[in-house]
Amino acid sequence: MSSFAKFGNELYTGKRSYDFVGSKKIWFAVAAVLVALSILIPAVKGGFNLGIEFRGGSEFTVSNVKTTEASVGEKAVHDVVPGSVPRVANVAGTTMRIQTDKLSDDETLKIKEGLTKAYGVTDNEVTSTFVGPTWGADVTKQALIGLVVFVALATVLMALYFRTWKMSLSAIVGMLVTMFITAGVYALSDFEVTPSAIIGFLTVLSYSLYDTVVVFDKIRENTADIDSSTRRTFGEEVNLAVNQTLVRSINTMMVAILPVGAILFIGAGLLGAGTLRDLSLALFVGILIGTAATIFIAAPMYAWLRQGEAPLVKQAQRVQQRRADAAAKAAAAEPAKA
Amino acid sequence: MARTGRNKPSLRVLVWLGVILAAMTAVLAGGTMSGVASWSPKLALDLEGGTQMILAPKVEGGSDINEEQLNQAVAIIRQRVDGSGVAEAEISTQSGRNVVVSLPGTPSTETRALIQASADMNFRPVLVTGAGAAVPAAERTPAAQLPKPTAKPTNASDSNWITADVQKQFEALDCDNPAQDKQERSDPAKPLVTCEPATDQTPAIKYILGPVEVKGVEIQGSTFQLQQGAQGAVTNEWAVNIQFNAEGTAKFKTVTERLNQFYVAAGGETGSDPKSQFAIVLDDQVISAPRSQAVITDGRPQITGGFTEQSAKALSDQLRFGALPISFDIQSEQQISATLGGEQLRMGLLAGLIGLLLVVVYSLFQYRALGFVTILSLVVAGALTYLAIAILGWTENYRLSLAGVAGLIVAIGQTADSFIVYFERIRDELREGRGLVSAVENGWKRAKRTVLASKAVNLLAALVLYFVAVGNVRGFAFTLGLTAIADLIVVFMFTHPTLQQLARTRFFGEGHKFSGLDPERLGAVPLYRGAGRLRSPEDKPSVVRAKNTGAAAEAERRMTIAERRRAEQQEQLAGSSKGPAKEGK
Repeated sequence: MSSFAKFGNELYTGKRSYDFVGSKKIWFAVAAVLVALSILIPAVKGGFNLGIEFRGGSEFTVSNVKTTEASVGEKAVHDVVPGSVPRVANVAGTTMRIQTDKLSDDETLKIKEGLTKAYGVTDNEVTSTFVGPTWGADVTKQALIGLVVFVALATVLMALYFRTWKMSLSAIVGMLVTMFITAGVYALSDFEVTPSAIIGFLTVLSYSLYDTVVVFDKIRENTADIDSSTRRTFGEEVNLAVNQTLVRSINTMMVAILPVGAILFIGAGLLGAGTLRDLSLALFVGILIGTAATIFIAAPMYAWLRQGEAPLVKQAQRVQQRRADAAAKAAAAEPAKA
Repeated sequence: MARTGRNKPSLRVLVWLGVILAAMTAVLAGGTMSGVASWSPKLALDLEGGTQMILAPKVEGGSDINEEQLNQAVAIIRQRVDGSGVAEAEISTQSGRNVVVSLPGTPSTETRALIQASADMNFRPVLVTGAGAAVPAAERTPAAQLPKPTAKPTNASDSNWITADVQKQFEALDCDNPAQDKQERSDPAKPLVTCEPATDQTPAIKYILGPVEVKGVEIQGSTFQLQQGAQGAVTNEWAVNIQFNAEGTAKFKTVTERLNQFYVAAGGETGSDPKSQFAIVLDDQVISAPRSQAVITDGRPQITGGFTEQSAKALSDQLRFGALPISFDIQSEQQISATLGGEQLRMGLLAGLIGLLLVVVYSLFQYRALGFVTILSLVVAGALTYLAIAILGWTENYRLSLAGVAGLIVAIGQTADSFIVYFERIRDELREGRGLVSAVENGWKRAKRTVLASKAVNLLAALVLYFVAVGNVRGFAFTLGLTAIADLIVVFMFTHPTLQQLARTRFFGEGHKFSGLDPERLGAVPLYRGAGRLRSPEDKPSVVRAKNTGAAAEAERRMTIAERRRAEQQEQLAGSSKGPAKEGK
């Protein structure tokens, strides 16, 4: 702990410093590549692995099965609907999931009965879900509305809070980068996209903004007196602020991700697919990316947006001047000592 | 550090928090004792087991559904579900577009069909009535004697509607065992053979009805009241009043003119010509078939005869609901076994517990004794949230779903976030060389804004999610918003005042090694930091000019002294120092 505290102190004083702002070109390039990949991958792969809520169909979950053989479930479905192609999967431990095309009520009941017998479980251990074909379109529409409304309201909120569009813009860009890359990870990994995952995804956007707000607050504080200071340039001041809040960023990320990780582990490991796992997976990925996006994208972008402003250019010149003077003085002092 | 009176306000805030908690507990306790509330939160269907259907209402003709219609749709379904004897059904609207029906257990095919079916109300003239039971095969009309209509029917009451097929169907129909699953809609232009199901007072009756003459949509309204006698005195007879719209009034006038002739011809009240009857058909079942005793010209018929208050209300409601031709598409249906629900809840709680434990361990590791403040704050936030959920479960019928539990778990991290922001600010202030009391004050002033802004983002997200969420994830948004509010209350009313108090203790105030606020460890005091390295002016971060008053100003002064002293020392050491080096790369 002591070393971590020391780490924090050094970051705070600027003794140890990571050049987030100076290397912005690298980060922006990395982000651009990742965002491009995030758009390309799903395009090439033919979209996301959509959950049953989007495809429509019927799904059965059988808990505490005696056997995890997929063929058992397939046979149970075939007995009722001969031509169908069910997807049978062992989702976790002793839980089986059987997905089929849309079934009639009668077929649903019969298959449920068949699965109960086939897997040697009681009536209580079979759950069935039916999703109509138009539901997915509805869910997608609502999710998109949610996304647009949230981004719009967040932009207004950010603008009101920071009172400078450059900060708002940087925060929103950071959020969008988080959004694209998180979606890209989903596409790449073939995680199933369910309404729960989408809700987790929207929550990630809120986390991403939240994280940016905290860091930007510190930036604003550090740069409040920038006009009268010759100690650091604006970019350096922003970088210092990011470094000073780095420990906080790490701690915040840790406490946010620990409970999410717990749900993910429990959800995926013991329960199989479902609300808990889908939600936590999106959150887990998104929180990591969101934290990184604040540090590597939002903050450097803000510095970059403002570096061309006339007063800041002048201020940067004054800083260079003072440094040159100091260096000259030191150089003059050096030989005298030697 | 003098014990000033400033610790009194912080104590007062803590007392207020206690009052809030006690009041919430008292409210819940009161509710529990009077048997209307419960100490444990109500559980949603995915945790309790049962069936959840999401239905999209459809108005015939494809027009959009408005809020009032949606509420009527809910009323229709509620009536149907209640009528089918399913207890504890939850029916609500969602996002202003869908109807969510939650039922315990697995609904029967009948219940499902009932929920889904559209209310389709029509008025048809009666052609023939008969006892409910099927005519025994031996007694049925021989093929040769089956009616053969000779001419095209001239009006809806014309017996020429009765073809051989209709007659056969009528005789075979058994109204004592009606097939309730009526998914097929009858053709309004053709005659209909159907039943009036048996009630407590009356046996089942079967009918041959003519084509539809007045549609349910032409009903403007319906009420029920005690009938008024000839002198205007209220009698003990219940009556149902219908109000038709202009179109319905005109149609109904024509119909009653015709039917009344049959009534009069059959001898008025003593007569029994079925053709004087006008059947009200809901979902292809006759709900009532009153005789037309008068020509109704004003579109305000009154139905009387043997109603109780309940049956009058039921008919009146049916007429009103029936006026709206809404049908329902099942968008999604989930049947969750109680076993799975219980399992999910257990796992959810386990996940929450593990998450909480990890956060506790991490904060103790990072913040030492200060971590206990985090833990206590989380406990207080947890208590507030729990009480709020239990009270909302009672007053608003809020039910905790699995997604809601997930929201609560995620909130652990988000709640702890605000403490971290605050603690890091205090540490920053300590690094600047402030004493703990002023560091707590100054750190709070800065952290407060950040916490408020970031919680606003959280709340905004929760609100957006809540209002646009589909499916069963609304609970997640709800708990997320609820915990954001609880977090604000806790940070303002617990964490900050507690730290103000703690800053006055020796343990924290003198920066004990395990307090998490040890200035030495935070690199505040020592100028000389080992490895022969000195703190150069470049190392010193710019001090932000705070526009604070009072304690902060005092702190400012103190710090200035510290700074001055440091500056003096630095000057003395300047001779041996190499020039300021630029940090970082």
